[in-house]
Amino acid sequence: MPSDPRMQESELIPHLFRTEYSKIIAVLCNSFDLRHLEVAEDIASETFLKATEIWGIRGVPENPTAWLYTVAKNKVKDYFKHNAVIERQVKETMKLNDIETALDFEFSHQNIADSQLAMIFSVCNPENSTDAQICLALQILCGFSVEEIASAFLTNPETIKKRLHRARVNLRNGNFQIKALSDPEVRARSESVLKTLYLLFNEGYFSKTNDQSIRKDLCFEAIRLGLILVGNALTDTPQANALLALMYFQSSRFDARTNDRGEMILLEDQDKSLWDRGLIERGNHYLVNAYEGKEVSRYHLEAAIAYWHTTPTGGGKWQHILQLYNQLLLIEYSPVTALNRAFAFGKVYGWEKGIEEAEKLSLNDNSHYYSLLGYLYTRVDIDRAVGYYEQAIALTRSRVEAETLRKEVRRLMGDI
Amino acid sequence: MKDFLLIYRADYSTYPASKPERSPEEMQALTQKWMNWVAGIAAQEKLVDRGNRLVPSGKVLKSNGSVSDGPYTEIKESIMGYSLIKAASLEEASKLAGGCPILSYDGSVEVREINAI
Repeated sequence: MPSDPRMQESELIPHLFRTEYSKIIAVLCNSFDLRHLEVAEDIASETFLKATEIWGIRGVPENPTAWLYTVAKNKVKDYFKHNAVIERQVKETMKLNDIETALDFEFSHQNIADSQLAMIFSVCNPENSTDAQICLALQILCGFSVEEIASAFLTNPETIKKRLHRARVNLRNGNFQIKALSDPEVRARSESVLKTLYLLFNEGYFSKTNDQSIRKDLCFEAIRLGLILVGNALTDTPQANALLALMYFQSSRFDARTNDRGEMILLEDQDKSLWDRGLIERGNHYLVNAYEGKEVSRYHLEAAIAYWHTTPTGGGKWQHILQLYNQLLLIEYSPVTALNRAFAFGKVYGWEKGIEEAEKLSLNDNSHYYSLLGYLYTRVDIDRAVGYYEQAIALTRSRVEAETLRKEVRRLMGDI
Repeated sequence: MKDFLLIYRADYSTYPASKPERSPEEMQALTQKWMNWVAGIAAQEKLVDRGNRLVPSGKVLKSNGSVSDGPYTEIKESIMGYSLIKAASLEEASKLAGGCPILSYDGSVEVREINAI
């Protein structure tokens, strides 16, 4: 849609498209028990098409959002009145009276929130691969265009289209239906919902693309969806709060973690005045909520680590971080966690001990393994440090990372 | 990769966690040692199950029908806990078992390959 030239004339419509498109689809699906997502999507798209046409001639109405909702509602009415074929399909599941009642639906704040929540649970279906779930979430829950998703994943739109198509077929085969959430359903699927939001956030935070605005959008969309979760008593769980805290803490460092050439800056070397205090405060708020129960999930541990990173050095900070990484590894192994733990180990017990822990990992095809060893050896043996950095450069697929490492090698060579 | 059971043994009368006069700092330091060690194995993706500690008291039943209290009345070293790890060989498993905190308290680690039923 954003490639439509008429839309580019106005900044407003792309913005509204991003924020309202997914809300309209969610409310329509929720109110009409629509099994065919495409019908709701068509109505939402037609609504935006009409907006571009009419607003271009008559100017933007006073309350554009309300205008969109009214048009969408009228289009639904038209759809039920004139589309006899599909009406028959709907009748199988809904009596005509129900349709009349349903037509009284409102785009109220509450209905939008409830519908979006139900939609999140429908879209995050473990039947689909995690990549596919993220793509679907971006398209259906966040209103991203295929082109935007493609650039976030650094791939071409055709690949994304295929991925989305397969994912939708899976949803349909799995009897896609969005309905009011019940407690058992929430419990059965919340793990997969949280995982999708976590990955969506990480896709933005550690994305391969250098487009900062897309990366931020992905992260803030994940936060927005997380806020919908904690906004409903059914899904306001300690885990959801922990995930939200983690996302706020990470986001607070968005502007500090890269320089103007897009190169990564290590946490310790970041200009802390660039950290967003407001986001850290929100992180603290949700972290406190997260620890109201007894449960300690991986999100709790990761949020707690991110919390300690916001605090000044001293007071056993790195011992806390190390113990949290220890616990995280016992819950779930990941190479990133193992590498971060080795770094924390070096921080607490000295770089030689950190090197010992790191060398045991033998992640011989992982560029981060070699760049960690390079970093740890910098204080111990510069020749070896350079050697490890060169292995990391040979292995990395990120141009920016390679450039950052080359610069470090030049700095070390100059030091000799 | 094969699975191996690590069996930790020590003398309850000298192991710090079972001493009544232990300080919270001592306990915390001990916990950190164990966590660092076991997470070091997990970091190599070689921990199958961190296992458990055992409560000191127990019963021992014998073929002659006798039932006695505790395992530790007759032998000095008791089983204090166990973990499951995986390794390519018994040699590698023994290497992983090295550095176990129980070794610094006169305890021992027995490394046994699992013979799955």
